This record gives sequence, structure tokens and C-alpha cells, in this order.
Amino acid sequence: MATHKNAILFTGLTLLIFALNFVSGAINAYYFQILIYIGISIILATSLNLINGYTGQFSLGHAGFMAIGGYASAALTHYYGAGMIAAMGGGSFGEQVTFFLSLVLAGATAGAAGLVVGVPSLRLKGDYLAITTLGFGEIIRVLIQNAEFVGGARGFTGISKYTNFFWVFFMVLVVIYLVHNLTTSTFGRAFLSVRDDEVASEAMGINTTNYKVIAFLIGSVFAGIAGALYAHFVLYLNPEDFGFLRSIEIVVMVILGGMGNLAGVAIAAVILTILPEALRFVSNYRMVIYALMLIILMLVRPQGIFGDRKVSSFFKRPA
Amino acid sequence: MYSPKRSDLVSSFLLFTLLTMLSGCAPQDDRIKIGQFASITGKEATFGISCSNGVKMAIDEANAAGGVLGKQIDLITLDDQTKAGEAATVVTKLINQEKVVAVLGEVASSRTLAAKPIAQQNKIPLLTPASTNATVTEGADYVFRICFIDPFQGTAMAKFTATTLQKKKAAILKDVKSDYSIGLSEAFTKKFKELGGEILEEQAFSSGDKDFKAQLTSIKAKNPEVIFLPAYYTEVALIARQAKELGINVPIVGGDGWDSPVLIETAGDALEGCYFSNHVSVNDTTPVVKNFVDKYKQLFGTVPDAMGVLGYDAGKIIVEAIKESKTGKPEDIRNALAGIKNFPGVTGSITIDENRNANKPLVVLQIKGSGFVPVESVMP
Repeated sequence: MATHKNAILFTGLTLLIFALNFVSGAINAYYFQILIYIGISIILATSLNLINGYTGQFSLGHAGFMAIGGYASAALTHYYGAGMIAAMGGGSFGEQVTFFLSLVLAGATAGAAGLVVGVPSLRLKGDYLAITTLGFGEIIRVLIQNAEFVGGARGFTGISKYTNFFWVFFMVLVVIYLVHNLTTSTFGRAFLSVRDDEVASEAMGINTTNYKVIAFLIGSVFAGIAGALYAHFVLYLNPEDFGFLRSIEIVVMVILGGMGNLAGVAIAAVILTILPEALRFVSNYRMVIYALMLIILMLVRPQGIFGDRKVSSFFKRPA
Repeated sequence: MYSPKRSDLVSSFLLFTLLTMLSGCAPQDDRIKIGQFASITGKEATFGISCSNGVKMAIDEANAAGGVLGKQIDLITLDDQTKAGEAATVVTKLINQEKVVAVLGEVASSRTLAAKPIAQQNKIPLLTPASTNATVTEGADYVFRICFIDPFQGTAMAKFTATTLQKKKAAILKDVKSDYSIGLSEAFTKKFKELGGEILEEQAFSSGDKDFKAQLTSIKAKNPEVIFLPAYYTEVALIARQAKELGINVPIVGGDGWDSPVLIETAGDALEGCYFSNHVSVNDTTPVVKNFVDKYKQLFGTVPDAMGVLGYDAGKIIVEAIKESKTGKPEDIRNALAGIKNFPGVTGSITIDENRNANKPLVVLQIKGSGFVPVESVMP
């Protein structure tokens, strides 16, 4: 019954986002940009939440998957875009189909990379994953820096603008819907059990490596899609932008929202995207204040703003 | 059903959003707005700060002289934290929120490249003081620069090394993480070989590295007469010190990335007698340079590096372009920029060519004691 209701909600919201897409052009480009960044942050944070929050693995390579997706899709539209659009009948329909295919490619390449990193390293327990993913992120960055056909260290220029309100928020919807359904399903309970006690889950007959790899795969697919959306919005990619710090930013969103808290992490992604922009008026001390706020939040609420309480429970009267 | 918690949360969120929206100012018609984005914080902050100092100085001078087209100029400077993604964000803000008529910006090519599609799409002229990568102005008729480009710098230094220094056996140590470094070493290699030179060894590092002994040892083994080191000052200083420790005593030659007061501070005497190309010599005794340097010192308390000088020239040129545009409209400013000819800048006479690059001379400086001494001037 609940799934049925969710499916209706999903369809309804998709239509709403589609309708809103037509009025999104009226928003000031600066606010629109922040709105798009918010959407991309939510996709990144929610997909990492599946790995770090629900499954309890510590990945530090999300920016690397984002870079793979971004570069793969941008290379596709840059080198084959014109031909593909023509083959699709041209016009904005052709553009949208081409962009959709580039999103698929972004998800596929990032997912494949996720498997390559995940399968060997997820057999390990503990903090090893953090180190392997960290190393992986750096490898990706250095490889791209030396790949001349995507601009190398100079950066990738000449990307077309295809990202719009619809694609970003449709993907937000998809990732939230997927993660929500996954973690509330019987299948997905296994993720939580891996997080809570790996030895006990294994004793119960759960193939823990299998579940860890699945979570990692889904997480990296969406990181890749987020990268593709980013690439076709900013229109310029530089390997330096996908460094270790970018990964940390996403991890901070997950921790701040509360590990394994779907709505909490999404809200944290919104706040952490708006905050640096809203603090621009203090100019040079902006990042100092931003960091200070993070420290205070962590001291006051070490379990994240929302902890493991459902956000909706804040709106209900205590029983 | 009244629920205090919900209304508090919702109203505080709304207030927050509203404050964010209101933080932009209302447009004023009696002023002309120019935007600038610079790396005020982050790892290339010294470049960003001196560049924006130079721009500010030029705009303040113009305002003191009565402004331009009868209006005062507002300079809005935003920080991009030395990140390319952030540069795209702030330029969008400058153009759409602050409604600037022109954007000045960025020393680094990567961040100017990030801003390029935004400026081009919105048809707002973008003038960069120091982005030397060749691709910056390509295919975007609203993007200009007032500096020479990487290939020219690499070629000029190859010519200088092969003919003036008479050294024919070189080794190259480049930063693979920097497009600037790669661009320079490519141009150098090409010209140097044309002039009968030989590249004995090519080694690479990544900016941020602290230890270069392995690369330097293999360079030493080849016995080159000169080392070409196109890199930024932080690494250059460390490399020079370590080269000296390893007993490498051949001259090191580099580009404008060397230019910083920090260079000699960090390198000590390890770079004594080495050469690099630059936009200007601040030790020049011609009145135009001397007046600028004195005034800059008085205002900001330090000797300007090349970025400060280029920032100043960029500020001067944008004011000149606004004046020439007669209307102060972005499109007319663009056309005026394209028509800049023999502008008497501190960095020399500047002419904007048909590719929107500056046609101007380059100066080769030698490090002597605690200063840079001009050796030679190379015309394109």
C-alpha cells in the first residue's frame, strides 16, 4: 500500500518538476545557479549517504566518481553531440535525448569504476575503504590532468549547456525515491544490518560484501550523474575541482545531516550549498565563519542536525 | 492544529531565504559597475590580492579624476577561493545580480576559462590581466587579455637561452598539474630545437610537491648547461635550493610564474644569476614605472609584483574602453576594447590584436642579490 502511494507521489512530483521547468527561466540566473547547485549537492549527498550512512562504509572518493561521470558525459556531447542530435532528428528534442544518453553514460562509467574500486576493497573491513577510495580519487584526478583529449590540466572547455531544472530535480527525485525504497525494503534492511554489526549479519547468512558492493555501485552511479549535470551546467571542468576537498564537502553534508537520515542529509546539502553564498557579504572572513559554524554544529549536535530521528518527527507533537 | 515547532522552523527558514535574496543591492543609475573576480583566498592568494590591489588603484584614480562619462565607478570584487567552479559562480553573480557592465578577472587561466562561457553568453566583456594560456580568448569575441600568451613566453625564453646565453644543452623540469607549465615547456622545446638546441632530459613534478631530489638527480646525471623551469614561485624556490644542495650549478631559466617577493625570501641565494621572463621590471627607472611603483608602495606597503602592475593596466584599459564606448553599454565597451591601440600602460605599449590578445614586449630579468635586474626586452 505504502509503495503504491509512493509511486503516485513520485509520478506527481515528476509532473510538477516538469511543469516548473517551464517557469524556471524567469528566475534570476544567479539564484537559478544556486538552485541547480542545491540539486546537485542533494544527489551527491544522498548517494553518499547510502554508502556512508546506511551501509556504514567510509568512502572518500565521491568527487572522483563525480569527475568520471562529468568528463565521460562531457566528452560524449562534445565529440559526438552534434552527430547524435542530428541522428535524433535535431532540435531541442534531439538535444534532450542526447543529454539523457550522456547521463546514462555518466552513470555507467562511474558505476563501472565503482565496481573496479569496490569489489576488491569492500572485502576489507574497517577504515581501509576510506584509504582506497581516497587513493582512487587522486588517481582519477591525475589521469584526467594528463588526458589531453579532455583538456588535461588546462581544463575541459566547449561543453554545451543542457542541464536544466527538470533533469536536476528529476534526478534528485529518483535518487531519494530509490534510496528511500531501498532502505525500507526487506532487501535493503541488509544494508542497515551490515552497518550495525557486520559479524552478526554474516552469521545470519547475509553476504556482506555483496551488499556493500551494491551500495557502493548505486552511490557511484549517482555521483557520476551528478558530475554530468554539473559539467553541462558550469560548461567547464577542471580536474582541480574534483580533489579531495570536494569529497570532504560531501562527507560533511552526510555527517551534518545525520548518517543514514534521508531528509536530514538532503536538508544539510541545501544548507551547506546556500551558506557560503549567503555569507558572501562578510567577504574575506566568509570561509572562517563557515568553518566555525561547522565546528559549533558538530560540538552541539555530534550526531548531525537531525541525528537518526526522522525529520517529519520534528513536526509532530510528542506523543 | 497549532504546532509551535513547525511554524518556528518554517518561518526561520523563510527569513533565511529572504535575507539571502535581499543581500544584493538595488541598481543605481548614476554609477557604473565593474565586476572583478580574484583569488583573494586559497593557494594563489598573493596573485589575487596584488592583482585586485592594482585594479583598485586604477579605478580609484579614475574616480578621483571625476569618473568616466560623468559617473563614478563602483568596483565589486568577489573572491573565488582559487577554485575554478567557484569562479563560475561568482561571475554569474557579478553579471546577473550586480549587473556589471564589464568583468575583470583572474590571473590564472583555468579560472578565466571557467568564466569565459558565462561572459560570452551574457555578452559582457571579460578582460583578463594575466591569463596567458592561448585558449583563453579563442572563439569568444567578448574575452580579451592585456598580457602575452604562453607560446610567446616559451619561444622568447628559448631564443634568449640559445642566442643570448649561448647554451645549447637544456633540461626541462615542468609541473604536470599546470597547463601554464606544460604550455611553456612545449613552446620552449619547439623553438629551442629549431635554434639547434638539444633537450637532454625532461622531468616532471606536481605542484604541491616538496621533494624534487629524484628529478634533480637524474637531470644532474645528464650534465645540461641550463635548466628550463616553467613553474610557480613556491616550487621554484624549493627546487633551486635542492638543486644547489645536489651541486647543480648551471643557470635556471623560467617564466613569469617566478615573479613574487617571496621567491628570493624562500630561495635565499640559490637562484643568484638565474633568469626569468616577465611582464615588466619594477626596478625600471622610467618615470611611468617609477611613479606607479612609488604610489603602489605608499598605498599597500609592498613593492608590486607583475600581477599588481597588470591589474593596474587592466583597470586603466577598462576605464579607457568605457570612456571610448560613449554609452557605457557592454556591447560598446567590447567594441572599444577591440580598438585599443598603443595604450601607454605601465607594462609597455599595449595594442589589442584581432585575436583579442595584447601585442606587447616581454622583459627578461636576472636575479641579483635581493632584486630583479632587466637584461633584455623581447618584442613579439
